[in-house]
Amino acid sequence: MSNIEFQTTTRIAAIKFGLLSPDLIRKMSVTAIVTSDTYDEEGMPIRGGLMDRRLGTIEPGVRCETCGNYTGQCPGHFGHLELARPVIHPEFAKKIYILLRATCRYCGRILLPEEEIKKELEKRKRLEKIWIHFKYRHAERIAKKAAKNSECPYCHAKQYKIKFEKPYSFYEEREEGTAIKLTPSDIRERLEKIRDEDLVLLGIDPEYARPEWTVLTVLPVPPITVRPSITLETGIRSEDDLTHKLGDIIRVNQRLKESIEAGAPSLIIDDMWELLQYHIATYFNNELPGIPPAKHKSGRPLRTLAQRLKGKEGRFRGSLAGKRVDFSARTVISPDPNLSINEVGVPEEIAKILVIPEKVTEWNIEELRKLVKNGPYKHPGANYIVRPDGARVDLRYVRDLEALAETLAPGYIVERHLKDGDVVLFNRQPSLHRMSIMAHKVKVLPYKTFRLNLLVCPPYNADFDGDEMNLHVPQNEEARAEAKVLMLVQEQILSPRYGGPIIGAIHDYITGGYMITRKDSLLTKEKAATLLYETGYEGEMPEPAILKPGEMWTGKQIISIFLPPDLDFEGKCAICEKCDTCLFEDCPYDAYLLIRKGEILAGVLDKASIGAQKSETLLHVIVKKYGTDKAREIMDTMFKTFILYLDLKGFSMSLDNLDLPQEAREEVAKVLSEVEKEVDEIIKKAARGELQPKPGMTLRESLENEILNVLERAREEAGRIASRYLGLNNSAVLMAKTGARANILNITQMTACLGQQSIRGKRISRGYLDRPLPHFKRGDIGPRARGFVYGNFKEGLSPTEFFYHAMAGREGLVDTAVRTAQSGYMYRRLANALQDLYVAYDGSVRSAEGSVIQLRYGEDGVDPAKSYHGRPINYDLILQRIKSRKVK
Amino acid sequence: MGRRKEKKKKSYKEEVRNIVYSYSDKLPENILQEIETIALREKLEKDELHAFIEECVKEYNNALVEPGEAVGMVAAQSIGEPSTQMTLRTFHFAGVREFNITLGLPRLIEIVDARKSPSTPITYIYLDEKHRYDEEKAKEVARRIELTTIENVASEWELDYLTSTITIRLDPEMLADKGVTAKDVVKAINKIKGKKGKVWMEDEYTVIFETEITDMSKLKRMLDRVKDLRLKGIKGIRKIILRPVKTEDGKVEYMLVAEGSNFSAILEVEGVDPTRTITNNIVEVAEVLGIEAARRVIIKEMQEVLSEQGLDVDIRHIMLVADAMTYTGQVRQVGRHGVAGEKISPLARATFEVTVKHLTDAAIHGEVDQLTGVVENVIVGSAPIPMGTGLIELLMIFPRKKGGEG
Repeated sequence: MSNIEFQTTTRIAAIKFGLLSPDLIRKMSVTAIVTSDTYDEEGMPIRGGLMDRRLGTIEPGVRCETCGNYTGQCPGHFGHLELARPVIHPEFAKKIYILLRATCRYCGRILLPEEEIKKELEKRKRLEKIWIHFKYRHAERIAKKAAKNSECPYCHAKQYKIKFEKPYSFYEEREEGTAIKLTPSDIRERLEKIRDEDLVLLGIDPEYARPEWTVLTVLPVPPITVRPSITLETGIRSEDDLTHKLGDIIRVNQRLKESIEAGAPSLIIDDMWELLQYHIATYFNNELPGIPPAKHKSGRPLRTLAQRLKGKEGRFRGSLAGKRVDFSARTVISPDPNLSINEVGVPEEIAKILVIPEKVTEWNIEELRKLVKNGPYKHPGANYIVRPDGARVDLRYVRDLEALAETLAPGYIVERHLKDGDVVLFNRQPSLHRMSIMAHKVKVLPYKTFRLNLLVCPPYNADFDGDEMNLHVPQNEEARAEAKVLMLVQEQILSPRYGGPIIGAIHDYITGGYMITRKDSLLTKEKAATLLYETGYEGEMPEPAILKPGEMWTGKQIISIFLPPDLDFEGKCAICEKCDTCLFEDCPYDAYLLIRKGEILAGVLDKASIGAQKSETLLHVIVKKYGTDKAREIMDTMFKTFILYLDLKGFSMSLDNLDLPQEAREEVAKVLSEVEKEVDEIIKKAARGELQPKPGMTLRESLENEILNVLERAREEAGRIASRYLGLNNSAVLMAKTGARANILNITQMTACLGQQSIRGKRISRGYLDRPLPHFKRGDIGPRARGFVYGNFKEGLSPTEFFYHAMAGREGLVDTAVRTAQSGYMYRRLANALQDLYVAYDGSVRSAEGSVIQLRYGEDGVDPAKSYHGRPINYDLILQRIKSRKVK
Repeated sequence: MGRRKEKKKKSYKEEVRNIVYSYSDKLPENILQEIETIALREKLEKDELHAFIEECVKEYNNALVEPGEAVGMVAAQSIGEPSTQMTLRTFHFAGVREFNITLGLPRLIEIVDARKSPSTPITYIYLDEKHRYDEEKAKEVARRIELTTIENVASEWELDYLTSTITIRLDPEMLADKGVTAKDVVKAINKIKGKKGKVWMEDEYTVIFETEITDMSKLKRMLDRVKDLRLKGIKGIRKIILRPVKTEDGKVEYMLVAEGSNFSAILEVEGVDPTRTITNNIVEVAEVLGIEAARRVIIKEMQEVLSEQGLDVDIRHIMLVADAMTYTGQVRQVGRHGVAGEKISPLARATFEVTVKHLTDAAIHGEVDQLTGVVENVIVGSAPIPMGTGLIELLMIFPRKKGGEG
């Protein structure tokens, strides 16, 4: 009990926004800034200057003259500048305008009669209770209403129309039609007169934001920590943009003050006043409409206060909502099928840099001593020791590690290297969904890349053409526990997007799964044993299916070993030919998967049963019925046999696979030439005016449509011919049919005919006058001239065909670029709108302010990630269970 | 014999029903219904049925959302992630090839933007009992709705600058098809505001409009104005397609698909079944039918866009987006002028877009950020964030040591 530490944490409960009053600015200031000079001849900061030592310290080894701290500890301190004349804060100019119009120019009362104020206050109280934003909308309406009144109901003074000229000039239009400029002093005077009660109605909190404070009389000078100067290698000091701007302000202010004191003509004073206003306006925001931005000496616009906050790289999005972290690593990824899906291979070099703080206890002291002895340069080692008094020992500089290791005692903290089994977070950008960051268990490996199992490629959307990924090391037990329980790869097999497995077989896994479960796959004892051994299987071999001439096992048998013994499943395979009448398990193509009691009785494994991003498959049933542990086990064992089998048997695709026999090529050519004639006929018919326009289309559109249909049919026909000559013994077709990669259309395009190239969904028509390319006659609208490619990839395209293909290809690239930008922005908006919604303990969905968005999440309270493709209950599985129980 | 069997069957049905509905406190209505049909289909015995329902209850409870689950973020991800795979610029055909409707990413963006009018508004008009089974009658309704302008029924124009007359020759076929006569044309021209000059029918198919306009360009403009004059139909409805559809009971009924939307006007047309007619214009639906209908349209439209692209997204995510857009009683867009821009936290708003404005407004209003959302807490760096596992607060009371201060 005695060594329990109590940690008291202070938490920010709320943040109140308001304006700084001149008094407050003076009070929080450590010094008035009086000169725009920064340093003296010796390079020392001038007292009362912009770099006054009392404003904080950024130089290492120099104490702050106000708080006595060094850099890092000293938060910086504000100074202030007394302005010779008041100046409008540009960001509040609009608010000032609204206030000036809504209040009396003489007595400062709101331009609404007493009874109306009372009524509106009642209304406001009601609205406020419903939703806080109504309060401000109501205030806007009040202001508008008041502005319509041209006579003050209290002092009966006549109100003039006020004109606001962006960004900060105000004029009053008198009856004579002359516009009189209102100086900031006039404005401030008027704002001062507005009563607190009236301000409340106008949506202003007078306690924290008196309107006259928007007209500055004192300017806070931010601490140096906010605007650090940088020293270049040449020794030249370069000041921050803000310091430059403040310098300008101080200089003009000084001149203005002197002019006023010297009694200069008002014209000159007004000019200088205007200049001061300009400098202060651009100090706050250098992108104000209607005024030129302040420039640096080099011509680059200055980055002043508003620019620092705004935008993607601004303070909010760049520094506050998105933070940089320690304990992270990034490198190229490469595949390793021998890892578990839960693992990640970490290069030893990285493992030696990333550390985990581990507290020394009686139980791990020996272990940690070993690590300390290994030191920072030998792999399972440690980089630092933190003594109970907080002192850090850097093991790089310790001579006698052995001796140090012996001093280790409970209560010390050892910052040890990453080692096998540690839980880390692994991430690939763009992080579009929660499966983009998953927890993996570390496996320290040689070489320099992160290694991952191929099955986790789909959730990360990763491939190995140079992709890089990030790795983060959680630093405390709480974080590690959460990562392990919630974020581990196996816990993310089911996607919350559609309630089905997002992790599953891809590419070679599918090919292998199909090959091994095919009817003709028979394995000798040696091969079968090799496969099983590699997965770590330690059970018995099943009875061989064939005894003579030698003991042979079917692939289905071997795969069935990994299936749970009470698993029942049936469903169509991806290679299904979609016959008119389905013979189910008697399918002549072996395309109906039937599993009874964990035995594959018929059918093959392919994309339809084990594929990634497919719902209601065998894999899905396994995850739902046996849990994620079992699913992971199957992926680490059964799936591994698929690629091992491919390795044993050999599988390749070559140019030969795209060969069509001579008669097939002739057949395709015949179809294409026939179609050309047909199109010709249609065009002639249209020219004769015999073509009937389709409803809702012009004649031209109908013609195009008709041609497009005919040509599309031709390509389909070519494809049919090609697939008639190519069967599942063709590797390319096999991959397409099983769903491993590509589709039949791709194969058609490679072997038979590429088909119509299109731009914006139409045949290619733009380019030269009346023809896309100069190789054709003007007005030729035949297939060849408008981008129909007769050729195929195997035999090659003609030059014009190649060009048309490139045109269509370019459109695709442009489309993708535009799309990512558009969908990225939509996603950002969705995320920002919905991020605060969560399920409360009463089952309702609530926003951050506590409003009810849904009384019950999704109307039935079901989590899609835990559902069976959207449905909460899988009745079939339950029925199976009930019935099997009955049999017993 | 037969009667007894009948009776037994009936009582079995009743029994199943009784058993199933005795669980109504544990399972929602729609699931109970499903269980009932399955039980009857599988002819489950009493004990089996009980066991079956018990298992269902277990599985249902296992499938429920955990309190604290960040369902909003999951919904945003579930819609945002697949949207990268969507095709851009898809103009697809609505059923028949008559007209295109925007689909794909542009349409999805349109929906979450809650645009005042979609780029391709479509109204699906169902007809009432009297009109729906007869093609002719359906056409009649279509004629009432489809906007017919003079241009639609004219075959030829003549513009005489000398006498400043416009001669319109009408197409007899079109007149018959649209069900208008030359008289209607004259009437329409007479309705022009501030019209000067005379209009008369030369013969059955010719209308002459003698204007007093001498300015040539003005005369031309007048011609354009005449062309656009409405003879019949509803403003904004450009084209109507008649479409036969099979009803649930196997009959064929006719419905109309109209390009353009003018929902409130269409609902009042005789022959239209206002209970089924719907448009894809969300804002209009909200105005005419109310917010619940708008929510339903948002869900339906989003589902259609996603499924047309072959993207599998759970309906719960879509419903959450629709609810977030509509729960205030008004359709709000997802974005700066809607859901994301009206959060209570000034920090959260400033983080999204228009940073400076939100900060200055918050200052002058004297707003307080209570730090209840996600970004606010990320900004101030407070752990945990009040969501998911961070929602739980654990207070541990340590046993006090005797004599010690604990």
